[in-house]
Amino acid sequence: MGLEAKLNQDGFITTTVDAIVAWSMKNSVWPMPMGISCCAIEMMASGDPKYDIARFGSEVMRFTPRQCDLMIVAGTVTYKMSHVVRKIYDQMPDPKWVIAMGACTSSGGMYRSYNVVQGIDQFLPVDIYLAGCPPRPDNLLNALIQIQEKVGRTKVREFTNKPMPELTVLQNN
Amino acid sequence: MTINELIESKLKENFKDVGFTFTTYLDELTVSFNKKNIVEVCSFLKTNPELEFLLSEDITAIDNATRKNRFTVVYHIFSLKNKFRLRLKCDVDESDCNIDTVSSVWKTADWQEREAYDMYGIKFNNHSDLRRMYMPEDFEYHPLRKDFPLLGIPGSLSLPKK
Amino acid sequence: MDKFLKDDVHPKIIEALLKIDTGVKLDDALDNEMILNMGPQHPATHGVLRLVLRLDGETVMACVPELGYLHRGYEKMAENMSYYEFIPHTDRLDYLAPLSNNVAWVLAVEKLAGIEAPPRAQYIRMMVCEMSRIASHLVAIGALALDVGALTVFLWTLREREKILDIWDILCGARFTNSYTRIGGVANDAQPEVLQKVKVFIEEYEENLRECEKLLNTNRIFIERLEGVGIISAADAIDVGLTGPSLRGSGVDFDLRRTKPYMFYNDMDFNIVTFSDGDSLARYFVRADETRESVKIVRQILDKMPKGETMLNQPKKVLPKKTEIYSRMEELIHDFMIVNFGINPPVGEVYHAIENPKGELGFYLVSKGEGHPWKCKIRSPSMINLQSLPQLVKGHMVSDVVAIIGSIDPVMGEADK
Repeated sequence: MGLEAKLNQDGFITTTVDAIVAWSMKNSVWPMPMGISCCAIEMMASGDPKYDIARFGSEVMRFTPRQCDLMIVAGTVTYKMSHVVRKIYDQMPDPKWVIAMGACTSSGGMYRSYNVVQGIDQFLPVDIYLAGCPPRPDNLLNALIQIQEKVGRTKVREFTNKPMPELTVLQNN
Repeated sequence: MTINELIESKLKENFKDVGFTFTTYLDELTVSFNKKNIVEVCSFLKTNPELEFLLSEDITAIDNATRKNRFTVVYHIFSLKNKFRLRLKCDVDESDCNIDTVSSVWKTADWQEREAYDMYGIKFNNHSDLRRMYMPEDFEYHPLRKDFPLLGIPGSLSLPKK
Repeated sequence: MDKFLKDDVHPKIIEALLKIDTGVKLDDALDNEMILNMGPQHPATHGVLRLVLRLDGETVMACVPELGYLHRGYEKMAENMSYYEFIPHTDRLDYLAPLSNNVAWVLAVEKLAGIEAPPRAQYIRMMVCEMSRIASHLVAIGALALDVGALTVFLWTLREREKILDIWDILCGARFTNSYTRIGGVANDAQPEVLQKVKVFIEEYEENLRECEKLLNTNRIFIERLEGVGIISAADAIDVGLTGPSLRGSGVDFDLRRTKPYMFYNDMDFNIVTFSDGDSLARYFVRADETRESVKIVRQILDKMPKGETMLNQPKKVLPKKTEIYSRMEELIHDFMIVNFGINPPVGEVYHAIENPKGELGFYLVSKGEGHPWKCKIRSPSMINLQSLPQLVKGHMVSDVVAIIGSIDPVMGEADK
């Protein structure tokens, strides 16, 4: 990475906190695979040996929102599902990003019917709209690279330490 | 004796006072009759050793959009023994929108009837768990009825707050 | 009771769950029992299936599946579009085997409209059906292994699946949602290059499958997680309406390719794989062996595939060729009519089902002589198969629920329609 030469020379490097934090965040974007329908299979394919999402540091797909900073909404979001998606988004720690993968997620796609939300931006902030029905895995990787660019521009002070929402726990007594 | 004739004669023999209508279209036999006989006819078709319609493939309804007999409940059943598929049809009027459940005959009818209830609002009497299958429980309409618009009724389904 | 009634768990679901007679009598059931929500966002539920489980310790006493998180209103949409327009929608039903769904749809429509596709088109359709069966079962096997904790198999089966998707890329122009079939034939002929690739794939496939099986069949953890888990007897399996590999895992010899043959399956020599144990392991074995039978069928198809047209030449009924549209008046008129008003099958109804990788996929169509169906019912195997879930998981541990869902292999796009 070019660091070795500098370290050999002076033994130290100087940087800003913003730069080092952004650099480390951008190379370890942990996706939350919100796999809902067809796009989820292509999302799976992007993790397989042929496309290998690990090259971009994002192979750690965590199914718990508390460990993730990128939500890939892959598939048609219905009204019934929208509450779930929003709830999971709320549980992710800041800073967080959202990819709307596929036509259905971005705009309702080919489903102009009574039960499909016509675009998840009606209830979620979206960073990237990814075209395709479903997008090919290469396309998803491209979106990931663009998200990395966006993450790279992050300033630490933009994110005040917002408390995470409490999970409601059902208790007997 | 072909299987069509066998079914026809068996049904006529055992249910003398039920008016059956037999139609064949594209080699598919359809039997229509009054909805009040549905359970006995179904259990007969299932248990008769010569017929053995053990598998209920599909239960659905058709909205005919007519004033009289608005809905038709359609059953597709399959006999593994005879390799034969039979279609049963019962008319249901909108003012008396219910039919007896056949989930006591075939267990699989349970969800199939729930789906028909969700989509058409036809009540299945004596059904053990008649809830909506797909739509949220507090949804008021029945989407597959012909008077329900494709794009839905605005405000009938909620979105989370932004 | 009231404390469970939050916004996200509807009272009626809880009511249904508590109503189930588990055979255990406790003074206050909720003192000892626990209600656990699983899904709709859960890695093991294969999509957006939601289960509300009633547990005693870690043993499942009762289970209520809740569907509809992916209900996209297919049947309503089908009533509002022409028969051609619905072909792309069938791709997204069972999205692990899109081509098989395309074939199911066009076969139903062709039966309704009285059209028969030329033999070469039928052979290509059979080939894509079997190939997509392999692709779908590969994901099923991989995902089942993943569910019980083996990640490697999943990567290896996906590697095999990618090869099939690459073939689709050349054959259909799309790797995933193909929309390849047309009413009266297929979109484009299978080029020699494609057939060659298919040949290479099936030659290598059995060896590659054996490689994957080596990881599983002698793996004690895998066997013990699945053996004796989720047993269903043959009679029960028919009663709850199981079809496909899940039914054949219980020893019932029911396969629509043999029972109600369509296309040219009568001419093909293949066995119907059945295992009599009825547990999750048997269902896995059925899937693995079925892909071998599919390879056998594809090999015969490649040998027997006749030359000739791949699209019916009846401009009054199906879309004419593009070249003819631009050069001949009659064809231009018919193309205009079909695109604008649809193919208008005669008044009548038809139910046609084919053996999909998941089970029996049937389309029930009612035509009133218009360009769009009056009624379209999709008999989706996944939904009906899921119905057996409460019965299968009863008395097992929570971790077995995961294995059982994997062994039934539901696809929610199809289950929720």
